[in-house]
Formats: sequence, C-alpha cells, structure tokens
Amino acid sequence: MNAHQQPTGSAYFISPETAKVESHTLSVLVTNEPGVLARVIGLFSGRGYNIESLTVSETEHESHLSRITIVTNGTPTVLEQIKAQLERIVPVHRVVDLTVRAGQLGQERPIEREVALIKVAGTGEGRAEVLRLADAFQAKVVDATVGHFIFEITGKSSKIDQFVAVVKPLGLIEVCRTGIAAMNRGPQGM
Amino acid sequence: MTDTADNGNRMTGAEIVLRALKDNGVEHIFGYPGGAVLPIYDEIFQQDDIQHILVRHEQGAGHAAEGYARSTGKVGVMLVTSGPGATNAVTPLQDALMDSIPLVCLTGQVPTTLIGSDAFQEADTVGITRPCTKHNWLVKDVNELAGIIHEAFRIAQTGRPGPVVVDIPKDVQFATGTYVPPSEASASKSYKPKVNGDLKAIQAAVELMATARRPILYTGGGVINAGPEASKLLRELVELTDAPITSTLMGLGAYPASGKNWLGMLGMHGSYEANMAMHDCDVMVCIGARFDDRITGRLNAFSPNSRKVHIDIDPSSINKNVRVDIPIIGDVGRVLEDMVRLWRALPKKPEKTQTAEWRSSIETWRARKSFSYKNSNDVIMPQYALERLAEATKGRDTYITTEVGQHQMWAAQFFGFEEPNHWMTSGGLGTMGYGLPAALGVQVAHPDALVIDIAGDASIQMCIQEMSCAIQHNLPVKIFILNNQYMGMVRQWQQLLHGNRLSNSYTEAMPDFVKLAEAYGAVGMYCDDPKELDGKIAEMIAVKAPVIFDCRVANLANCFPMIPSGKAHNEMLLPDEASDEVVATAIDAKGRQLV
Repeated sequence: MNAHQQPTGSAYFISPETAKVESHTLSVLVTNEPGVLARVIGLFSGRGYNIESLTVSETEHESHLSRITIVTNGTPTVLEQIKAQLERIVPVHRVVDLTVRAGQLGQERPIEREVALIKVAGTGEGRAEVLRLADAFQAKVVDATVGHFIFEITGKSSKIDQFVAVVKPLGLIEVCRTGIAAMNRGPQGM
Repeated sequence: MTDTADNGNRMTGAEIVLRALKDNGVEHIFGYPGGAVLPIYDEIFQQDDIQHILVRHEQGAGHAAEGYARSTGKVGVMLVTSGPGATNAVTPLQDALMDSIPLVCLTGQVPTTLIGSDAFQEADTVGITRPCTKHNWLVKDVNELAGIIHEAFRIAQTGRPGPVVVDIPKDVQFATGTYVPPSEASASKSYKPKVNGDLKAIQAAVELMATARRPILYTGGGVINAGPEASKLLRELVELTDAPITSTLMGLGAYPASGKNWLGMLGMHGSYEANMAMHDCDVMVCIGARFDDRITGRLNAFSPNSRKVHIDIDPSSINKNVRVDIPIIGDVGRVLEDMVRLWRALPKKPEKTQTAEWRSSIETWRARKSFSYKNSNDVIMPQYALERLAEATKGRDTYITTEVGQHQMWAAQFFGFEEPNHWMTSGGLGTMGYGLPAALGVQVAHPDALVIDIAGDASIQMCIQEMSCAIQHNLPVKIFILNNQYMGMVRQWQQLLHGNRLSNSYTEAMPDFVKLAEAYGAVGMYCDDPKELDGKIAEMIAVKAPVIFDCRVANLANCFPMIPSGKAHNEMLLPDEASDEVVATAIDAKGRQLV
C-alpha cells in the first residue's frame, strides 16, 4: 500500500501511483471489547495507512458498541482497501466512508466537529483582549484565575486552528483537542 | 447447586478446553508442554479421545497443524505454553494467515493476577499475535472459555480461513466454571462472512466468458479451501467452457496436471504458456487467488488487454493489487456451482471456432517446452530426480510437502498434482522449515498414505529436530533432499542481482544426512548416481519408517523459466536462453531495487 509514496518501480514490482491523495472521514462501529482499538490502529500502522485524527467512545452502552471516527488519507484505491481491511476485523460491525456518503447524498462534506480545551495566560490588558477573542469565536470560559483562562471551544478543526493561532501571542499555555467527531447530514443513520 | 444437569457442566478450565476440542471434532493436537499449560496437559493425560502429538519445537507444532489442516480440510490445532512457546508459534501463525489455513492455537498464559508484572515466561501473546491471526482472545473468566473456543473454531474455518489464538491464563485453567456446548454458544454478531455470490455479477461473468476469444482461468488456494466439491465444479466448468486453466502455487491439484486444458503453474517460475496466456488473454477469470506479486510480475504490464473477473470470499482481496471489472464476493464452491448452472443455461454457447486461434497460440507457446533441462548421465539433475520421484509414486496415495526455495519451485513444476489437498507448501510467507513438520501433520491425518517432504539441504535443517517426533509417533515420512550444497534460490538471486557474489549462500559444514537419520533412529539413504536413482527411490518408498534421502544433485542448476524482477509476463527468461551472460544482465539497475 501507500504506493504513491514509493519511488517509481519500487519493491516487489510496484508501479508508480498517479492517482490523487484524498482525505476521508470514516465511521467505524465496533464491539466495545478489550483490544479493539489496538486492532484498528494496528491495521493502520501495519499496512502503512495514515491517521490524521482518531476519536473513540462507547456510543451504545447496552449493546456494547463504540464508534470510532478516523480521518485518513490515500488514493481512492487505498481508501477502498482501508475500508475493506477494517471490515475484516472480527469485532467491526460496520464501516462507512462518510466523505463518500456525503458525495452520494449530494453534499460537500459530512458534519465534522471538534472540541478543544485551551489554556491561556491572561493578566492586565491582555486579559480583556483574550476574552474579546474568545467571545468572537464563541469559546466558553470553563475555568479561570487571575492568571489564566481555560476555554472550551467547539467547531470545525479550522476554526479551532484559527483560535489557537490568535491567542498564541497572548500567552497560550496548552491545548487539548478531541479529534474529529463526524456524521452525515439527513435523517438516515450510518 | 442442586441441579444435577448443571453440575454435569461444572468443570475446571482445563477440562473445558478438552471438552470443547472434542465437541469441535478434534482428534489430534500438536503441542509442547510448559509451565503455563500444565493443567491442560494433565487433562490430556487422563483421556483417550484426543491424541496429542509431541513436537520438538513450537514452530513444528504449528506447521504440523497446518499440514494436517491442508490435507484434511479440517481445523489444525496446536497447544503451546506461554512466553517462548507463544513466540515460537508466531512463524506458523503468520504462515497460516498468508496461506489461509484454518488453525486454532491454544496458548498458556501466566495467571491473570501476574499479567503485566513481567512474570516468568510472560509475553503479551494477544499483542504479539494480533497482526498474525485472523482474531485472538485472552480469556479472563473461566465461564467464557467454552464460548470463546467454539467461536475460535467458527472463525478459523469460515469465511477466508485463518489462524486464531486463544490465550488461557493458568488460573483460568484451574478455576471451575460452566461448560457451554457449541450449539448454545453465542456467536459474534459482527462476524458474518458472505458465502453466496451476487447472481447478477455471476451472470455477467458467464456472459463475458461466452464472448471471450482468448479466455483463461486463473485459480488459487481458495479453490482448495472451498473443499473437494469446488475442485469438481472447477473441472466441470473447464470441461463446459473448454477454457485453458492455470493455477498459483497454492492451488495446484484443484485441476489435474494431466487435464488437457492445463497450462501449468503461472507466475515467477511458472510455465511460459501460462504466463504468455495470462498476458495476452481477453477474459481472465480469477478464482480464489489474490494477484500476489509473485504472480503478476510488473503490475502496469499485467495482462493489459483483458477484462477481469475475480471470485474471492475476502472482499479486501478485490481491487487490492489489480483492478477488476466483475468482482464476485463469495465462497468459490457456491459461485462455481452458480457459474456451471448459468453456463448450461446460456441460450447460445460460443462456437469452437471462436477460440481456435487462441488454442493454436497456446500450442505454440507450449511447444517452447519451458520446463526443459539438459539431463546428464553423470550427475543427478534436480528436475530429473523429481520426475523420477513423481513416476515412482504414480498410482499411490501420495502427499507432497516442501520447504522453500529452488526445490519447491521444481516440485511445483515437475510433480504433477492430480487431486486437491495433496500438496502442502508455504506459499505466501515462504517459510523454510515448513516441510518436515507439515509432512508429520499430513501423516498423522493419513497414516497409510505415502508422505514425502521434498526438501533442500538448507531448509531441512531449519526444523530437523522434528525427526524425533517422527520416530516417537511412528510417522514414516520420507524426506527427499535435493542436496546441492547451496541455498540454491539465494544463490540464484545473487547470480542475477549481485554480480555472482555468493555471500553466505554456500552451506559449509553440511551434516552427513545418512548418519543424522540414523542418529534419530530413522533410515538414511544416499544417492549421487542417476543410474541408481530409480532403485533407491523404490527402496525409500518401501521402507516403513521415516527416511532421510540425501539426493546429491547438480550443484549449480538454477530454476527456470523465470520472470525477472521488474519484468512482465511476456518477458520471461527461458532455460535455453539463460546463459551466464544473460543471467547476469537479466535484471537492469531499476529492477535491482525491486527485490
């Protein structure tokens, strides 16, 4: 796999890859059992696929189901292979390529959102500036002392990137992001 | 507990293991004891239903179980201890994964309370074996043990078969719990292999085949895995369509080598006619094979003008290496059944003339006799030795296993397999040392058959310790060593790619194989004269004991024909063209990076 990264005619007769690399978001419904995340991640590292973002949490407690959201990239052939390989894992129930699905539904992208906690130092004049920016980005203060704020911000990854960038010069201390949660628009489930 | 029925199902974990194996139809297990599996070995001691074959190394247990599985269609079972027992099992597990062999591997584990403490003989077995199994489990509760073992058997043998590991901590083996029979065990809802092919796609495939002017069937190990019925159906399909047929290394025997449509094996060391036909065909029907790189050669020159049908039970095999026009996901046997039926129902079958030109092209290629070699009166040519061996075993129930290397390719080229499940070789992983333990597994399953491990002098030494197992269990396997005193295939590549610098491919300090056989209590034989070969082979077959046959062959013979690295199917190197100079320049600078 990852033929696009290999030089022309690399190991074992691999032909040059000319197809374009795309970024896709996959939803993977799995049985919530020990080791299931390791199986999914091991597949990606073992076969040389990329993970841009990964989130996982139990979503249906009674039926022991967890939903993993993975943002990955590859050529269309590689993306098809990733989906097929994921489906081969025994505790995997379903894999939906949300990006492909969005296309089928006539939409540009699935809904993709991220939550971040962002700690910023804020004293004196800078304090008011930080709060003004937070307000503009609809970031909520969840903790504060006279010396700092922690903001909770939700939105597209690009919005969080932007907020982080603007508060950085004002005294950014640390950032924690959840990775992307995603689903398709419309009334149907995955 | 007042309910007696329930009491009958209360037992220790070790008892549950034995009961679950029995209820899954297991008659033989291959294993090696150790601290963390002693409770299970204690149960084995106290029963007679399941026979335990004691190997001399856990790798041997795995390959023996593979040979057993491959020759019977049943699940092979191995039992090893924790830590080194489990890590030694990794090679056969990966081997079984790549060749789709159903294997259940039970491993002992340190007690649950010690897991994670770096206890004696502790290893993270489920972690280590996760990428080399179809699925694996760590059993933490004795009440889940029976259900997990049943599920292990189901997963190992359904869908695309493969190896599974059940890791059982020692305290779980001692603990008392409730046994659940297979019929009452709950199956994982997420695992649902698709066995029936989509009828519309099958119909489209049949119609495409009917329009073909240059058809070819390319079959693989999936046909063998689908059971003997699938091989019958394949033969029927060939008969009906009159299409030429080739097979991968793993699929040999599904269609008989004596059949009139047989082209021989394809791929890197396949026949000229098979590879040329693959390159020039207009309709390719791939049945239970996976477009492996040893098969396709250079991908962008692989069968450029054909429409391709691919039948496979594993959806991830479809479009993995080669894009196909009609994918059919399902069990090969079921799909072949539909194909045969739909072909019969075609309103108009193609005329013979439609493929006349194709058949004549194939005859031209066949006339090239790509497996030919120059025989000698003084030294035994390896190809000649195999031809004589094949001749001597005709009409007998013969099973062949191999190690990995030149001898393996020659065996595939020269032996001529007539039936499925009679050819056991390590195809995907290419594991040297596979052949002897695999032969033992085959012999356990078929005590009266003639089982021959065609070996090389280097490979055989990788699992030679299993001679002890052969003696202990009266398994009269025949080890036929094509001894050229080189790691022949390594040397061949060094000649092709590395300016004939034979770095470490010469096996100095070769043991005296005859004495070695005798040291183990087996029979040792030696032959270096072509005139004596037939007599000695007959003698070997007649011996009712394990034999090591040291067949001294021409040291520098190489394995041709060959698709050199980076070349296409129609750029094969043929034996009569393979002069020293051609060999030295067969692979250009670009191709040299490829291997």
